[in-house]
Amino acid sequence: MMKSRLFSSDGRLSDLITAHPSLLTLLTRLGVSLGFGDRSIADVCESSGVDTGFFLLICNVYTFNNYVPSTPDILGTDMTGLVPYLEKSHRYYVDKRLPHIERHLDAIAQKLEGRLGQVLISFFQEYKREVEEHFSHEECNVFPHIRALMAGERDTTYNIGMFLHTHSDIEGKLDDLLNIVFKYLPPQVDDDNVLDVVYDILRLSEDLKKHTFIEEKIMVPLVKHLEQAILS
Amino acid sequence: MKQRLLIVEPSEVIIEGLKAVLADQIRFKVLEPLADMDVLEQRLMAARPDILLINPTVITDFTVLRSHHQPMAVVALVYQYVERDALKNFDAVVDIRDSRPAIIETLAQVSVSQVDTRKDNYELTKRETAVLVQLAQGKTNKEIADALNVSVHTVISHRKNITHKTGIKSVAGLTVYAMLNNLINENSLF
Repeated sequence: MMKSRLFSSDGRLSDLITAHPSLLTLLTRLGVSLGFGDRSIADVCESSGVDTGFFLLICNVYTFNNYVPSTPDILGTDMTGLVPYLEKSHRYYVDKRLPHIERHLDAIAQKLEGRLGQVLISFFQEYKREVEEHFSHEECNVFPHIRALMAGERDTTYNIGMFLHTHSDIEGKLDDLLNIVFKYLPPQVDDDNVLDVVYDILRLSEDLKKHTFIEEKIMVPLVKHLEQAILS
Repeated sequence: MKQRLLIVEPSEVIIEGLKAVLADQIRFKVLEPLADMDVLEQRLMAARPDILLINPTVITDFTVLRSHHQPMAVVALVYQYVERDALKNFDAVVDIRDSRPAIIETLAQVSVSQVDTRKDNYELTKRETAVLVQLAQGKTNKEIADALNVSVHTVISHRKNITHKTGIKSVAGLTVYAMLNNLINENSLF
């Protein structure tokens, strides 16, 4: 039932984006640039050096909330693009999305009395620090481990069980921030910055949920399989 | 106060059977059931059930069940062998081979252990405010319990209610909330 709704590689990429505009933010992270005209998904992927199966897998996950790729689906897909994609996503969150939110919060904070603004900003700074730590743990431990496994090396210094053990939730505080901003700020800061930041937070929160989903439902099963394959 | 029960189960026969079992139970209100998880997230938002009775085989994404803001008991509905591990995420298990009283008892048990969330009043109570202020000052549950002369269990239950009412989970977030509402003085923070 779910499968029939998933995208196929013969369709035009532009049709996919028209139907699901939010996928636009994924293209660069997946290694596809704009200006693809009316070419098919398969065609655009091929000329961009992106595996079509992997591209579709990520698009499907982002679009369909109930879609959970099966282990055969994952193992049947070329996953060399996974780590680069996750790394680019990290940069996208840290270098693009978070600074956006920060700019709006700075403007909001200036309208708050006393030390309230400062408290709001330091809440956000603390969150940003946690996110960066979370990402850098993955970049320093998990991703090199996957690269080694994919290169056929036996890497015993790290295993994915350790990742599962420490993988923390990075969306929770963002939801707290959302509640603070749109429910509890005093009425005098009711301006465009509040609306903008609410939209920004909602978008980032959705995106991070999918990111976590990809790590837990695609990356983890993949790595478990690679670890077992290399040991046996 | 009736417990709102949402059943997610593909078999109509099973659903009708459950409805018959609960028919004379005034404490449960059985909501319009679902066959799968396709629109569950939207239904949870709209119907706000107290108890979700769900067949584990239809669960494609467990996070939907837990990301929900409203504390809700999630009960597994099983009629075949299910791995024990697969059931550890549930608050209780109803096996359709259980007797009628056993099924009712299981559902009644999970509903009493729930936090009372159906109050229309979202203002924090005096006690909740007191807990919040102490939290914002960096106190632990134990320290708060001692200061207010209540049990740690009570403190935790207040914290659940605070989070339910405000939508804010982290202590840092609650601190900002407390300041915005003038519950704490800026200087009492550090």
